[in-house]
Amino acid sequence: MSQNNSYWSANLRLVGLCLVIWFVVSYLFGIILVEPLNSIKLGGYKLGFWFAQQGSIYVFIALIFFYANRMGKLDREHDVHEDDE
Amino acid sequence: MTLQTTTYLIVGFTFSIYIGIAIWARAATTKDFYVAGGSVHPVANGMATAADWMSAASFISMAGLIAFMGYGGSVFLMGWTGGYVLLAMLLAPYLRKFGKFTVPEFIGERYYSKAARIVAVICLIVASVTYVIGQMKGIGVAFSRFLEVRYEIGLMIGMGIVFIYAVLGGMKGITYTQIAQYCVLILAYTIPAIFISLSLTGVPIPQLGLGSTMSGSEVYLLDRLDQVLRDLGFLEYTTNVRLSTMNMFMYTFSLMIGTAGLPHVIIRFFTVPKVKDARSSAGWALVFIAILYTTAPSVAAMARLNLIETFNTPDGGHMVYAERPDWVKNWEATGLLAFEDKNGDGEIEYSADPATNEVTKIDRDIMVLANPEIAGLPNWVIALVAAGGLAAALSTAAGLLLAISSAISHDLLKGVFRPDVTEQQELLASRIAMAGAIMLAGYLGFNPPDFAAGTVALAFGLAASSIFPALMLGIFYKRMNKEGAIAGMLAGLGVTLLYVFQHKGIMFIASTSFMGDMPQNWFLGIEPNAFGAVGALVNFGVAIAVAKMTAPPPQEVMDLVEHIRVPSGAGDAISH
Repeated sequence: MSQNNSYWSANLRLVGLCLVIWFVVSYLFGIILVEPLNSIKLGGYKLGFWFAQQGSIYVFIALIFFYANRMGKLDREHDVHEDDE
Repeated sequence: MTLQTTTYLIVGFTFSIYIGIAIWARAATTKDFYVAGGSVHPVANGMATAADWMSAASFISMAGLIAFMGYGGSVFLMGWTGGYVLLAMLLAPYLRKFGKFTVPEFIGERYYSKAARIVAVICLIVASVTYVIGQMKGIGVAFSRFLEVRYEIGLMIGMGIVFIYAVLGGMKGITYTQIAQYCVLILAYTIPAIFISLSLTGVPIPQLGLGSTMSGSEVYLLDRLDQVLRDLGFLEYTTNVRLSTMNMFMYTFSLMIGTAGLPHVIIRFFTVPKVKDARSSAGWALVFIAILYTTAPSVAAMARLNLIETFNTPDGGHMVYAERPDWVKNWEATGLLAFEDKNGDGEIEYSADPATNEVTKIDRDIMVLANPEIAGLPNWVIALVAAGGLAAALSTAAGLLLAISSAISHDLLKGVFRPDVTEQQELLASRIAMAGAIMLAGYLGFNPPDFAAGTVALAFGLAASSIFPALMLGIFYKRMNKEGAIAGMLAGLGVTLLYVFQHKGIMFIASTSFMGDMPQNWFLGIEPNAFGAVGALVNFGVAIAVAKMTAPPPQEVMDLVEHIRVPSGAGDAISH
């Protein structure tokens, strides 16, 4: 059980980290801080606008694969992974 | 070859592929029917999930809305993609580990209560049926426009096609058909976007074209669009906020958790072989979705610019009505585009001022369909867009129908009323339920009672405010008990329904709204479409408060929660 508890809290820390990034790129950069960020330009894009319409989506994808990869490692470290067939 | 012949050929060809796959992969067992035998590769599953998820709203409607909302349209882009992060981290792997067929089945066992299961079935059916009506209507409109038949006939053809492959094939048929549909719809979306990006900016990748300079000029495309809109008296494209920052925040949040709570999306993650695959499959789904979702802003901005320059030519003149292009005539005939030559000079001027604006109606939903015609692309591209719109609408309708039929046959019939039914009887009941759902959705599609954006809002709001919190608390809060979960679902659902109905009318019949659809009556300035987020917060609050005041769940339920939190020992998705 203690093995599972340390696995679970490691999982929660990882989810927490990912959700902070998830929040920052969409709600913070894309909505709340959009005006100040818009004064920076990325090519023809205003930066806040770019996060809202492009950047947040790219970060979401990277986050899911990062999470899946780290969880795969955590599963093995804590010996709770599925049987390999 | 005429446009209509080309359209018949391309749509006919894609449909024969879908039906062929459905017959080839038809389901023999309940497990095949509900979860495709639990044998779908995560990349294939991701592609099917993407087709399932992207409906006529994403394909036909979204870019048109963004074209007119500008920056404010970002709520759809972030909201409808960010939900996959929540799915991958908070729900999918645990529900896969739990290893059952349906969402209500999880809620019933986690909350050791048939009442909880029935409440979940109600939430699921209401959310899915409202959503599927919109799809059936989209199918009817697309068929009638491109096959040049009456709307009712288009709708009946669509019902027949959905019936054949969803009812015979089940999940196995749907999954493989959806992979084919994804390929059709993504080609249909990106090919015209590439052509248009090339012609406006010389950059073939639309995502980069949107941030580039106009061909033969030093001016960035977005700066030019802002300038053109400012000159006409409109708000700037790139800074046009949707009502308020608060409203945009809640709107995005509502769409995100609605995505993660929609049952037809969740059940996709029961079809992969392992827990590990459920995590990566959400990522693959988002990759395939993002191809369309990152292209959409380019389509939106470029279509808006092309549209404006059709009416107000760059040399400062206006469109001469007698010399209007064919695509304008075609859409004028549908009534979705309308003009009024107010100053009688024979020219059409577009402006933000209602007194001088002569473009009196531009339906947002024509933008994506008309876009290749506006840009003067070849007939086969226009026909491909028609096939893509139909693929998007059909694949989503089929996925929703499967979620509805499994809720009825598996959760209500086998789970609650007749636990002793045989597998054959359950499969038969499921097919009858699906046929019934098609009839109901088709019937409501014939006589849509003012269903439009309100329908989509309710479907998302319901999923966000009822199903998502119950699932998340069931996994992450071991102490959550049946009293809390049931009270939370009913409270979240109730608050959302009440808010939507009081502003939009009971069942969306406008005359029955008792507070009026007026911004000054909105709670904290939040529009009804965005209220699912508030409903979800109410659900969380009520559920936790009630759970703290009542007895904790039994030990075996606590053990079950421990069990689903770790991947090992998952096995296949099992019936019982």
